[in-house]
Amino acid sequence: MAVWLTDGQYRIVQAVCARLIPTDQDPGATEAGVVDYIDGLLGAFSFDPPRIWAGGPFSGRTGGDGAFASFHRLGPLDELAWRTRIEGSRGLPEREWNGPVRGLQEIYAEGLDRLGADFADAGGDEQDRRLRADEEFTRQVYGHACEGMYGAPEYGGNRAGLGWAYIGFEGDVQPRGYSDEEVSGP
Amino acid sequence: MTARDFDAIIVGSGPGGSTAADVLTAAGWSVVVFEKGRNHLIDTGDPTRLSTDFSNDEIKFMIRHFLGPDPLLEPRTFRREESDGDRTHVGEVNNVASTVGGGGPHADGKVPRFREDDFRMLSEWGPVEGASVADWPIGYEDLEPAYAEAERLIGVAGEAGANPFAAPRSGPYPMPPGPPMYGALITSDAAERHGWHPYPAPTAVNSVPYDDRPACNNCGFCAFFGCPIHAKGDPVASLRRALLTGRAELRPETFVSRIMVRDGRATGVEYRGPDGQARTETAGHVIVAAGGMETPRLLLLSGLEHPMIGRNLMFHLQTYVMGALPVRVHGHKGRSVTHVHDDFVVPDAASLAAAREAGLPWFKGGMVEHAGPAHPILEAKLAPWGPGHKDAMRRSQMREHLWGFCMQGEDLPQPSNRVDLDPSVRDVRGVPALRVTYRPHAHEQAASAYYGPMMEDCLRTAGAEWALTYAAPGAFDPVPMSRHVAGTARMGTDPAHSVCDPWGRLHDVPNVVVADSSLFPTGAGYGPTLTLVALAIRNMGALAPHRGG
Ligand SMILES: Cc1cc2nc3c(=O)[nH]c(=O)nc-3n(C[C@H](O)[C@H](O)[C@H](O)COP(=O)(O)OP(=O)(O)OC[C@H]3O[C@@H](n4cnc5c(N)ncnc54)[C@H](O)[C@@H]3O)c2cc1C
Ligand code: SF4
Repeated sequence: MAVWLTDGQYRIVQAVCARLIPTDQDPGATEAGVVDYIDGLLGAFSFDPPRIWAGGPFSGRTGGDGAFASFHRLGPLDELAWRTRIEGSRGLPEREWNGPVRGLQEIYAEGLDRLGADFADAGGDEQDRRLRADEEFTRQVYGHACEGMYGAPEYGGNRAGLGWAYIGFEGDVQPRGYSDEEVSGP
Repeated sequence: MTARDFDAIIVGSGPGGSTAADVLTAAGWSVVVFEKGRNHLIDTGDPTRLSTDFSNDEIKFMIRHFLGPDPLLEPRTFRREESDGDRTHVGEVNNVASTVGGGGPHADGKVPRFREDDFRMLSEWGPVEGASVADWPIGYEDLEPAYAEAERLIGVAGEAGANPFAAPRSGPYPMPPGPPMYGALITSDAAERHGWHPYPAPTAVNSVPYDDRPACNNCGFCAFFGCPIHAKGDPVASLRRALLTGRAELRPETFVSRIMVRDGRATGVEYRGPDGQARTETAGHVIVAAGGMETPRLLLLSGLEHPMIGRNLMFHLQTYVMGALPVRVHGHKGRSVTHVHDDFVVPDAASLAAAREAGLPWFKGGMVEHAGPAHPILEAKLAPWGPGHKDAMRRSQMREHLWGFCMQGEDLPQPSNRVDLDPSVRDVRGVPALRVTYRPHAHEQAASAYYGPMMEDCLRTAGAEWALTYAAPGAFDPVPMSRHVAGTARMGTDPAHSVCDPWGRLHDVPNVVVADSSLFPTGAGYGPTLTLVALAIRNMGALAPHRGG
């Protein structure tokens, strides 16, 4: 079911996200499918058009057509930028106008290796210890986890708007918007 | 169209370039607008149709650079001063969107006019050591008709007479102000108790249907997002009008790499279109509206040698005073800013005394915006990970409770603050990146230190449990991010001390006309957009009778 991650890596990312944004009385990263957001970013170019920018103007959640689901086509430079960012420059001269760029895929593959193949089965305290020991990678995954928890569901995470619901955020509201009373009142 | 069919080439489709296209096509000129970014704004085949690409999507706009420039493709570099070496930072430096419409669709469009004294800072307030304070070659009264026209063309909502510090106006705003945000009502009330004069921010957002576009419905994804329903008028209104004349051609994804100059006249430009091929286009005039940072870059790439090009770069020193209000202020409902106050724009006896104590003859603050952050991914990234995360997000100290002020502190121009070409960093096309060398003057730092505590007090009056002040750029994050830029091709009467003449023409190449905030001799404590649009209306209006060159 994963797009880019191997099954083993998928389990590790899922376990990492469960530590970063845990499940308590409210759903956490696991229920919101945050791992699928991250997998979808790393594998954005497995889709046509690539899953970089969701469409517009409306998602259909408060009216209008569900256009977010139709992702934008990338221009040639957009594709170059996002392939370089995700896949890395890989020694290709056309991607190295300012020198080599490490891609997210490589950063994840190496980071997940460091966390250990047994990460998903380790105890919570041990998982936290390993995450703290690799602060830079953990920061990066945490940033993506936040995007996957609180971003638009069309990117693969925030399943059924669970991330928005528990914080009382309505998400995108076009074309309904907010009434003047909702803006100016308590 | 064949090459010679264009009376003018316009570089950049932001508020400045779109206004130039509007005014010149209305006067019968044929123009081509080159824009390096993509078109997500308007159907060029049928300009009555506005695009559907904008959306309430935090990932697309705040994280994935949908409106550009992508800092990987087009890095900028930064250093505080020359002694730092070639650069200390590569990536984003005060980026404004690079797309059809420029920063216009991206901005939330607070568009105040400058005041009378903003045009004569040297004669009114006097010189300041280390700064190149200057008078503008024109006064407020010269620009007033163009200000009124600009407000009408882009559609501005506001309340005439509500701001006691405002310069005189020839008429009311075209639209009444939109609804005030709850948080802004609370801080406005507190500000009034401190003797200040908050008023509804003049905003280039429809409060009622206007110019065939709908009223804003307060969706809350405003600053940094394009408007999905096109309630923002700047600059879509001007661009649409220009295209509808049939005399404007818009070429997105087209980067102008050089203005071709022979014997003191521009003959055209060299550009690269979507296919990456270098080509040229000729025209009688070249209008440069690439924005306050890209305009000097292009002039330098063109080999123009005036020593003032790129110098006197001004941003705003932004003083943020934020605190947690006990009530939920729901900053995600409504536009980004609905109230402002101008009390710190005007020096008084106490501020003059504080200035002298800081070793300065005077200082000015800037317009103060009442606002708070609104987006959940932003809040989440600042929250801790682990067991505390969910509680922090439920309490939402930031998105739901944080509220306060942002003062757009006037920057003084300094010749050493500048844009030049980085010696080795390149953009994706292999063209030298622009480099910023910038450090704030003691003037704006003293003003920030003086007004910051007053705003903190006021926030406590408003009920904040705590308040803190943060001035940006600061010692820890020196890279400017104000999104306001000015001064890099200053206009004036003396060719030795200014790049452009009082009509925006390069002293050295008079058929090249600058139409953005690069022209500003001083920056004022207000966003630059309405003033640069008004200047473009005035300057292009004066140019229009000289179509042949
Ligand atoms: C979030 C945000 C909020 C803002 N809020 C406000 C506000 O409230 N009030 C205010 O006054 N201002 C605000 N601004 C700033 C405002 O966006 C700018 O002042 C305004 O866009 C400047 O207009 P301009 O036409 O001079 O330049 P720009 O809008 O920067 O347009 C220049 C265009 O030229 C293009 N270009 C540059 N170089 C080349 C080249 N070589 N070839 C081809 N094309 C080129 C660029 O891609 C760009 O589209 C805000 C900005 C942002 C990002
Ligand atoms: S708040 Fe209003 S102007 Fe801003 S994006 Fe939403 S609808 Fe458009």
